[in-house]
Amino acid sequence: MMPFLATDKWYDLRDLANISSAILDGADRILPFGLVYVLAALIGFVASFLIFVLPSQLFVGVYGERKLIGRIQSRYGPNRVGPFGLLQPIADTIKLLQKEVLTPTRSDRLVMYIAPIFFVAPAVLLFAVIPFGPNMVFADIPVSLMYFLAISSLPVLANFMAGWSANNKYSLFGAIRIVAMTISYETPLVMSLLGAVVITSTLSLQGMVLWADEYKIWLAFVQPLALVIYFICVSAELNRTPTDIAEAESEIVAGYLTEYSGMKWGLFYGMDIGYAIAASAFAATVFLGGWTLFGLEKWVPPWMIFIGKTHLFYALFIWTRGTLPRLRSDQLMAFAWKYLLPLALFNLFIVVTERMIWSEEGYDKAYIYLFAIFNILVSGLLVFAWARFNGYRPDDVPMRPRLVKEARGYVPLGENE
Amino acid sequence: MDGFGVTFAFWILAAVTLVAGSGVMVSRNLLHAVLFLILAFVGVAGFFVLLSAEFIAMAQVIIYVGAIAVLVLFAVLLTPRASRDNSETVWALPGMLLAVCLAAIFLFVVHDTQWKTMTDAPLLTTQDLGRSLLGTWVLPFEIASVLLTAALVGAIMLTRSAEEEAEDALA
Repeated sequence: MMPFLATDKWYDLRDLANISSAILDGADRILPFGLVYVLAALIGFVASFLIFVLPSQLFVGVYGERKLIGRIQSRYGPNRVGPFGLLQPIADTIKLLQKEVLTPTRSDRLVMYIAPIFFVAPAVLLFAVIPFGPNMVFADIPVSLMYFLAISSLPVLANFMAGWSANNKYSLFGAIRIVAMTISYETPLVMSLLGAVVITSTLSLQGMVLWADEYKIWLAFVQPLALVIYFICVSAELNRTPTDIAEAESEIVAGYLTEYSGMKWGLFYGMDIGYAIAASAFAATVFLGGWTLFGLEKWVPPWMIFIGKTHLFYALFIWTRGTLPRLRSDQLMAFAWKYLLPLALFNLFIVVTERMIWSEEGYDKAYIYLFAIFNILVSGLLVFAWARFNGYRPDDVPMRPRLVKEARGYVPLGENE
Repeated sequence: MDGFGVTFAFWILAAVTLVAGSGVMVSRNLLHAVLFLILAFVGVAGFFVLLSAEFIAMAQVIIYVGAIAVLVLFAVLLTPRASRDNSETVWALPGMLLAVCLAAIFLFVVHDTQWKTMTDAPLLTTQDLGRSLLGTWVLPFEIASVLLTAALVGAIMLTRSAEEEAEDALA
């Protein structure tokens, strides 16, 4: 694939596929038939757990999220268990494992039992097509982008099963809400990704990374509007806090999770983070250039660059979660159909036109930079113009919340300034 | 099809699809039937993967599992009596008869057709599929999408109530 990494030296840690293929080739010669697959599964499990899953899930997903949200909300976050509270996620897990799992008598026991398992499996499957490096992609299928979309449409069924089987009306409300939101937000999401597919003319995630490497530009600059739409849509589909109406505590107890407890609840909670990390990894691959970093990938291991970008994108999720208030159900639904979908269609129209111009000019590299500048300007203009057209306009004098101390006592809203 | 892995996968997928298919028929609870139906769809997607038709397999999962099954779930949910009280009906016997007839026709057609076997089949990629769908066959493709749009508009018109009409007339 890439000449500088096409090495058979097993100790070249820039691409971990070298060492794993060296071990497996050697093992294949001495082990009987089939056992090498078991060995590969074991190595893959241990390695991915140590390099990616454990740090991402526990220390970025649980600890980092709570710490960062704490800082955003002017408090400390976890700081009691271990140094800087670093062992907090482990303590949480032990607590969850010890809790009793309750099942309501009138519930559909089998479906309620299967739902968390069915929720976990797609999260693992999603990472099969994510390229961590030039050779570090488990399944390099030509339609890996579609594979990602297909698998990421499965967890909503698990959410639905969880909400329906509990035989609780709040669970059912949560289930209906999440299904409605997923159907609504899937449309602009796929439309925005279509722009990325049109400009790179590939459905393979590895192909998109190589495209970004070839033209030395991230797709985020060529398709800024697609990135924004993708971020909002995926945030709604993942049910994260500004858009988590399916488990809105202030309205419907805990949505589809109302009757779950103990580790069954823990699986849902943990895999919510898993899906968010998978979505971040997907965004890092498609929009942020994957494992490439303008030549730096020759010196730093590409998988480290990729994991860094994934966590950077995940930080955006944490940021919005810490700062934005929750939207109402109807607001969220209207936002998908009246605001995001027309914007995604505009974006698709622009990118198809650009693609036609580009193919007329013989795929000149300079054009892609022109398109990038044009698209950034037009995206900004479109976002504001379409918001104005729909009647969303910012207040001229925004009412700022002020600290009581700074204002020297309680000031009723609207009387300051 | 050759190789141990492919054959093994075929039999596993066949078992899953058949068990799920019979689950759809046997289960009394309509929601369980829908969940079995989803499993059957996934099994069929697996067959497409075995036939090296990845694009169709992914489309199968996105459209049937992701969209249609969810819509069926909605339909079941919004008709409250449908998900319970599904005891024996008078239609059990005619239904079985119809199923047997249908199976007989299918078996006859499958058995009677001269299936061509190609040793050097051309390797079709997703790009080829896209080119022929949006190049050679673009007109039927577009007509199909116009038909779907018309169906969408028709569904909206059918479900509008008199109050909504009145509200729109005022606005």
